[in-house]
Amino acid sequence: MNGIWTIAKKELQSFFDSLIAYIMLVAFLGFSGFFTWLYGSDIFLVGQANLRVFFSIAYWTLFFFIPAITMRLLAEEKKTGTLELLLTKSITDRQLVIGKFLSALVLIGIALAFTLPYYITLSNIGNVDHGAILTGYLGLILMSAAYISIGLYTSSITNNQIVAFLAALFIGLFFHIIFDVLASNFTGTLGAIISSLSLSVHFESITRGVVDSKDLVYFLSIILGGIALSEMTIAKRK
Amino acid sequence: MDIKIENLTKKYGAQKAVDDISFNVKTGEILGFLGPNGAGKTTTMKMITNYIGIEDGNIEIGGRSIKDNPDELKKHIGYLPEHNPLYLDMPVIDYLKFCAELQDVAKSDIPSRIREMVKICGLNAEKHKKIGELSKGYRQRVGLAQAMIHDPEILILDEPTTGLDPNQIVEIRKLIRDIGNQKTVILSTHILPEVEATCDRILIINKGKIVADGTSETLRKQSQGQEIIKVKIEDGSSNDIITALQNLASTAMVDFVDKNQNKFEVHSQPNISSKRDIFNLCVEKKWVLTEMSSQETKLEDIFRNLTMN
Repeated sequence: MNGIWTIAKKELQSFFDSLIAYIMLVAFLGFSGFFTWLYGSDIFLVGQANLRVFFSIAYWTLFFFIPAITMRLLAEEKKTGTLELLLTKSITDRQLVIGKFLSALVLIGIALAFTLPYYITLSNIGNVDHGAILTGYLGLILMSAAYISIGLYTSSITNNQIVAFLAALFIGLFFHIIFDVLASNFTGTLGAIISSLSLSVHFESITRGVVDSKDLVYFLSIILGGIALSEMTIAKRK
Repeated sequence: MDIKIENLTKKYGAQKAVDDISFNVKTGEILGFLGPNGAGKTTTMKMITNYIGIEDGNIEIGGRSIKDNPDELKKHIGYLPEHNPLYLDMPVIDYLKFCAELQDVAKSDIPSRIREMVKICGLNAEKHKKIGELSKGYRQRVGLAQAMIHDPEILILDEPTTGLDPNQIVEIRKLIRDIGNQKTVILSTHILPEVEATCDRILIINKGKIVADGTSETLRKQSQGQEIIKVKIEDGSSNDIITALQNLASTAMVDFVDKNQNKFEVHSQPNISSKRDIFNLCVEKKWVLTEMSSQETKLEDIFRNLTMN
């Protein structure tokens, strides 16, 4: 347990030391703030006191930002040889992978925490459905965790960060949009199966304010699957 | 803690990197691990540190198999990997703290351990710099410091003195010798004088197999088989001397080194010394023996003999 926290702490520190964290925070808040409050179908145009606009912007910005955060997690350790250093300390492969996963999740958590003023502002100008906003954030966190574990896995299979980034985007794209598009082209059971694989379907249903156990199982299985695959890839050296 | 290695084998594809090797290392012993490139030194070390798995055979540390307690035993091992990988963007102190935390050093002990490592490894002037700003020798010291931060009973050092200047090499060797008194140390190197200077025992492996095991003296004796002496004898004609030397029972072969100066090279019969006979011969013939030195086989020659085939 200590090992996980030590790894996560160190990794989070290096996000901030290497400016990745600041760039990510500024870009994320800039994009989501601009489109939520100032431009396009923003909150004032929609005229409803909810954060649906923000959630759908964040749905896309996080999709692109997360692979950029996760790409170096394991690929860099493999390239510089520090992986050997870590894994010969008293820490298991699993602790390492989970620690890395948590560091990225905490960073995303920090980014999302900075959007809480949106919620505070909104509750001052209208009647807000607090439950829907809570589940909206829950949806974003679950989605981020799913993409982090996919990014962690692609980072574990290569020692090239660009490859890890592109592979994570590629795999992510299926969950993000392709399954959804495919599902609409099929009917019956096949359509239903593909549709149930689509992350956007589950994300929508959670942000609508309904937390179904089906959605939770879906996200948790992607998260655990990604972590398990990363651990297996790391263990392959043996 | 003793290390006991039994019939250890590791294959990479069809190639056997380590082929059925067995040896023991006792507490307080410094074992020098020698071998040409690709002999299997690093692979063996990686198996001891549990970075890669064991295919066949067994490694026991302090009587417990590494297969059954991999994570528990890692605590007792300090490891300096081959190319000394480090986080270049981390300051030295932060890095040592990180390593101490990973090795489960008690929180209250961490500052004193770091202070001690900084002192022992001579890092005081550089301790606040980022590792990336350090020269290669200082990075090597940081590598040693992280390996010893949790005061492990076993130290595995893969080429610990590469990149150090001669002064640093002497210091690090002394450091290893001091540490080696209470701990079990395995160090690999291909600098042969280093092994003689630091190690109690030498293990030479070639193509995954152990080809020699012993102190440098025993290795010399084994490979020599016969004694070689250089002598200089005055007051006699060189031809008389060489015939007389050849007629001694204990000599196998005599040769000129320098005919004009009456210098000879005498090869003794196996396992017999001919020094006394040569001296007595000179006394008897009233020759003057002005030089007699036995020629040592160099470790380099032993190494070459064993690993070239």
